[in-house]
Formats: sequence, C-alpha cells, structure tokens
Amino acid sequence: MLLKRIIPCLDVAGGRVVKGTHFRQLRDQGDPVSMARTYSEQGADELVFLDIEAAPQQRSTLLDIVERTARQVFIPFTVGGGIREVDEIRVLLRAGADKVSIQTAAVQRQELITEGARLYGSQCIVVAIDAKRVKRGGSDRWEIFTHGGRNSTGIDAVEYAQEVVSLGAGEILLTSMDRDGTRQGFDLPLTRAIADHVPVPVIASGGVGNLDHLVEGIRQGHATAVLAASIFHFGEFTIRQAKDHMVRAGLPMRLDP
Amino acid sequence: MIALVDYGAGNLRSVQNALDTLGAQSVIASTPDGLMHADAIIFPGVGAAAPAMAALRARGLDRALRDAIRQGRPFLGICLGLQLLFDSSAEDGATCLGIFQGTVDRLATTEKLPHIGWNTLERVANHPVLAGLEREAMYFVHSYVGVPRDRQLVAAETTHGVTFVSAIAAGSMIAVQFHPERSGAAGMKLLNNFVQYARVQPPTLTLPRKGRGI
Repeated sequence: MLLKRIIPCLDVAGGRVVKGTHFRQLRDQGDPVSMARTYSEQGADELVFLDIEAAPQQRSTLLDIVERTARQVFIPFTVGGGIREVDEIRVLLRAGADKVSIQTAAVQRQELITEGARLYGSQCIVVAIDAKRVKRGGSDRWEIFTHGGRNSTGIDAVEYAQEVVSLGAGEILLTSMDRDGTRQGFDLPLTRAIADHVPVPVIASGGVGNLDHLVEGIRQGHATAVLAASIFHFGEFTIRQAKDHMVRAGLPMRLDP
Repeated sequence: MIALVDYGAGNLRSVQNALDTLGAQSVIASTPDGLMHADAIIFPGVGAAAPAMAALRARGLDRALRDAIRQGRPFLGICLGLQLLFDSSAEDGATCLGIFQGTVDRLATTEKLPHIGWNTLERVANHPVLAGLEREAMYFVHSYVGVPRDRQLVAAETTHGVTFVSAIAAGSMIAVQFHPERSGAAGMKLLNNFVQYARVQPPTLTLPRKGRGI
C-alpha cells in the first residue's frame, strides 16, 4: 500500500535555510545540506528546497546546494523557486534534483509545464499553488497568487489545479497563504477541494503547528503528503515522532530510516 | 567497474552518488565500447520511453545492452530501465528493446497516478540482489508498469489499488520499478547487494528469448 509522506520544507535564501510568517519576517535556520541530511536520517520521506529569493545571480548557490545534497542524501528531493525555462529544469535535474517545483512561471507560461513534462516526464514536474481565501459575491473561494504570494491573479485555485494537471503536472504542492506560518493547521477545506478534484497527489502545506495537524491534512484534507517547516526546524518534534504519531492515528507510514 | 548507461535522460548522478557512498567504482558509458568493458551494468532511467529509445538507438546502445544481458553480465535496470527491456510501451507507443516478452502498460488503478511515494515490496522470488529485503518500503515514481508474459520473471510485486510487478529477475539480470538510489537505507542495501554480486558473479547466461536473433 502506498504510504503517506512527511516532507520537511527548506526555504533557502543566500545559501541558508530561513523561515518566515506569511512569506515575511525571515529568520535564519541553518545550513541546508546538513539539515537535509539530518531530516533524511530521521526518516523524512522526501525534501523540498524552495529558493525564496529566486534571483538569477543566486542560482549557482542553489545549484551547489543541490549537488552537495545529492551526494549525501538518498531520498527524493524537489527544488523550486523562480524556474522560468526548460533549460533550468534540465540543469537542476542533472545536478541531482528529482523533481522541480514551478510556480509563477506556470501561471504566466503554461507551455513550461507541457514542455517539462514532455521532456522529463510528469513525475518530475510539481506545480506549486499558493492559494488564498477570497470573498466573491458573498461566497468563499480560493484564488491563486504568484511571486511568492505578492501578486493576486483572480484565478480560481481548483480550476487552475485541474488545468495544470491536464497540461502535465505530476503533483500539486498546495500552500494556504492564510495559514502559512500561523501554526493553526492546514486550510482543510482548501486542501480537500483541490485533492478531490485532481487525479495526481496533493502535498498539503502551510500552517502546521502540531502533530495532529499532519494527521488532519491526510484524513480530512485528503492530501497524500504533508509538508511542514517550523515544527521540525525549531526542534519541537523529530520526523520520527511525527511518524509515530501518525501511525498511532492509523495512517500507513514508513518507519525504517 | 560498473558502467552507468548514459543516454541523456537518466538520473545518472544520483545513482553514481549512491555508488560512490558505497565505495564502488563506476563510469558513465554513452557508447557500446563503454559497456563492453564493464564488469556490470546499471541502466537507470527517468522520463518517457520513446525519446529514451531514440537516444539509445542513436548511440548504438540498444544492441550493446541486448548483448550484455545475453552474455550474463550482472545487470540492474531501474524504473524506465526496467520498462525498456520489454517489447513495447503504451506510454507513447514506443518499440522497446524486446529483451523480454511483454508490454509496458499504464497502471490500471483507481488510485492517484503517477504512483509517487513509498510503497512496500512483496518479494515472490529469491535473487542475491534482493537478499535481506522482504517487505521494505521503496520509493516509486511512475505511471506505467512492465507486464512480463513470462511470470517466472517476477521477483517482487507491489500494490497501488492493483498489484503490479515491481521487480523482475533472470540469471544475473535484475530490474526494479522503484528507485533504490532514492529509497534511503533499504535502497542502499539493494545497491550494495548488487555491487557485491557484480564482484563475485561469473557471467551466467540470461535466457535469450526464442525465435529472435538478439
């Protein structure tokens, strides 16, 4: 049976792991490669690196992190942040990344998804969706934002998720901007709305503050993987503690490191 | 020396990194010559079947791979490197290497596809490369699966809504649908088994298929 996944997320800026609230107020958390190794040893099922600056001049720093991680860590990892060209996908995969996460460019140039999937397979094309609850004509819905949550698009998140999957996305990394950094738990209605409407796996992200939130993301949000940062970075819980908790809640998890 | 088959689309780097960690020497081989002189061959792969086959043919590697497997050189196929061993793939209608009879079909499951993540093995046959691995979780990333005509080839199965073949083995050839180089300690164990096997294994003939000159 397919096991549920726990994915620690490493937001990278200036060659360091940082963490903020609502995409702001960044704090230094440590060296990305040694953090990646520690999480892998604790039993993380996968890792995500997000280059939150996504500045072209920082690309060599990111590539260096990818290469060094690939030499030391033998679980899958995804790299994202500012990818705009198919050639960037190729370079990251060759450096050792297993998947790339595309966000802003996926909205602006959808052929990047199509081309990336055609050349490297859907399995390595993750589309990251940052969604925020909005009121439109009295009813709630979620709209997607780009550029690290700064730009509103007016695009409906559920429709967009279905569209990117039809274009070739193999996975959706879904972040609730309302919950990110709040430690109040995932936006479960959002997660469920997307997970129930696309045939590909959904990784829930944004808002994890305790271990019950991880269980909820899967049970009530219907996500196949849960992503968290601060509860692991701040040393509150190890990955193994999180997995033990999820197993006690009846979820199938991988317990060997 | 273990040769890693390079046809421009494989995840060579991660496999080579894993071999480095295990202290096994490896070389990237993009020509038939490179394969000819190797003690053992690893055939990794990600991506789609048709472009991979086109790249293999353009380099003359299709023939070299058939020869190496027939000669009984220790061989490990990974993911697409398993699928390409069969006759054809439904992924894009590609004609594959045809070393083993069978097809590559889309996984007929009602569960989510691609099948991404950790899933457990059910070992159904013994092979030295699977020693010590019974029901371990391995990392899978795929939507298509190999369907061998000869059930004797099946070494392990996995279930994702439906049960499919997650490893095949015959003689000194083994191929796995999951990614051992991405499967943590369990995957490293499999790769280490292969490294040890490649060191001690005298060539044993792998069943050539009947009625076809390969």
